[in-house]
Amino acid sequence: MTRPSRAQVAWGVALAVVVALPLLDQALPARAALTERVAPILLFAILGLGLTVVSGFTGLLNLGAAAFMALGAYAFSILTCPIYPFQVGFWPGLVAATVVGAGAGALVGLPAMRLRGDYLAIVTLGLGEIVQDVLKNLDVITKGTQGINPVAAPSFGPLILPAAGRHYLLLALVLAAVWVCVALRRSSIGRAWEAVREDELAARCMGVATARAKLGAFALGAALCGLGGGLYASLSNSSLDPGTYDFGRSVIILSIVIVGGLGSIGGALLGAVIMVGFDTILIDELAKATSGETGSERVWAQPGNWKFLVYGLALVLMMRFRPDGLLPAHAPGAAR
Amino acid sequence: MDWTDLIAQCLVTGVANGLIIALIALGYTMVYGIVELINFAHGDVLMLGGFLVLTLISACGGEQASPWVVLPIALVAVPAFCAGLNWSIDRLAYRPLRHAPKLTALVSAIGVSFILLNLGLFWGGLDLAVFDDGRSASAKKSVPDLLPFSNLLGDDASVLITLKDVLVAAVTLPMLAALTWLVQRTSLGRAMRAVAQDPVAARLMGIDTDAVIGRTFLIGGALAGVASVVYALYNGAIDFQLGYRAGMDAFTAAVLGGIGSLPGAVVGGLLIGLVRAAMETLVPNGSQWSGTVVFAVLIVVLVFRPTGLLGSPLREKV
Repeated sequence: MTRPSRAQVAWGVALAVVVALPLLDQALPARAALTERVAPILLFAILGLGLTVVSGFTGLLNLGAAAFMALGAYAFSILTCPIYPFQVGFWPGLVAATVVGAGAGALVGLPAMRLRGDYLAIVTLGLGEIVQDVLKNLDVITKGTQGINPVAAPSFGPLILPAAGRHYLLLALVLAAVWVCVALRRSSIGRAWEAVREDELAARCMGVATARAKLGAFALGAALCGLGGGLYASLSNSSLDPGTYDFGRSVIILSIVIVGGLGSIGGALLGAVIMVGFDTILIDELAKATSGETGSERVWAQPGNWKFLVYGLALVLMMRFRPDGLLPAHAPGAAR
Repeated sequence: MDWTDLIAQCLVTGVANGLIIALIALGYTMVYGIVELINFAHGDVLMLGGFLVLTLISACGGEQASPWVVLPIALVAVPAFCAGLNWSIDRLAYRPLRHAPKLTALVSAIGVSFILLNLGLFWGGLDLAVFDDGRSASAKKSVPDLLPFSNLLGDDASVLITLKDVLVAAVTLPMLAALTWLVQRTSLGRAMRAVAQDPVAARLMGIDTDAVIGRTFLIGGALAGVASVVYALYNGAIDFQLGYRAGMDAFTAAVLGGIGSLPGAVVGGLLIGLVRAAMETLVPNGSQWSGTVVFAVLIVVLVFRPTGLLGSPLREKV
């Protein structure tokens, strides 16, 4: 047996820490609320993995990840909220959110087959805006800006999951998503995606069905985003306002995969820890620390108002100095 | 109001808005034509220009400011500011990525857009009367009505044309003429067209491509600056998120007209302005769907006719 590499040890330790979090929570005072704060990180790790498939593996820049998330969230909410006749429960709702995401992704993938990279990015962006507008304006079905609530909470049969159960559910889904991504990347499908990313024309000449590969990548990426959206709605007990799923949200998901390393599975996880941890833990703590001071109603005195600046700077600086991210998908200097 | 008046009004509003969109669209199309980059931050340059306009109005006396003082100052200072800003963005964020994959620069441009967005939010929090003394920085800031809102056609005419509509035409049309002259008749214009056609060949012919690209950003920024003066005075309100919305309208216009084509940007801008005006005045509940229609136009054009109405066919370089 070979000795585990340093990376393997690091991931093992990280996994152990995440598994132990509910226990830590019991030991620490209640205000630590570790599992509650880590939940968004795990959730965005799933969304980041979805974007990793489309933008990382296949090289198709998707600026509308939040739109697929919104479709998943609304599908889940409509199917589980008591004001509608369906009330299918948590698991069928989650499956439906994933399927709706996949279907929408395949629909977007159709035009994607003929578009150049930057044009495709703009089409996905436009789609994100249209989805928001439609959800906002079709208020007969979607309740407009109020959002749909209440929705099904995470549960197994009649058992509503407590905080620790939710934590392990999220963790299991993240690990499942990681497994799907790893398995697909190693398969012939994953190699077709990589070929499309590196040189689409050459891939086509070598007999790769590029259109089918792109369509598949879009569907799978969107399915993960739909799943993330359904979970998000369930954890928030509401579909939330359509404005939640705006361009800014798509850019947060994009910054996760860019900072971590485009196309790197570990990178997407690390990116989620950094970018979402910054949002939900660091900003929160800073806000608590500064809220006591006088005269802090000034806009720049509130840490939450620096968010866009930090996300923007992260994108610019990464592109300038480390375009392959913190955990590059390929070892530096390796043949591409 | 009968139908003819409604349509005439729609034309007036549509053309005025369309001319503003065209000014912004020119900035997108010039940059795309020359470096094949969607300058995502362009709309946010416009937004910061709008905040400078409001700050200048405040410095000149706020509500009491005379348009004959404010307008000349704003029309010099704001374009200069936006031009410098746009040039610096290119210098710091895009130029180092000139030889990187195309999507690298696009991601960087999105990042710049977010940085500027945040700066706009902070600017709106300044302790000035025009910014509500800095309370709720993200709220819409109303621009004092410097121009009288009286109807030039007389008080009982059924179609409304105000001095604002005239201002839009009086400022934008000369700008369009000047830009056409610059691109078609000057040596800088010739260099710009050469770099757009083939940057390597242009460099071999002794053109300093980096300088030409920098000047393109300078000119695009100046146009955005002029647009922000007109936008602020015409629409009467600005907020830190207007860059995204106005930018998407303008980018759609540029794509619709054929990205890279200057006349195309103007035609596209007018069409988008008219579509929006028609949605808002002629269609019931149209205003809540007008954004959707613009984005649908964008997607349909990109998918089915990516060269737009006036663009030349693009070949994918292998």
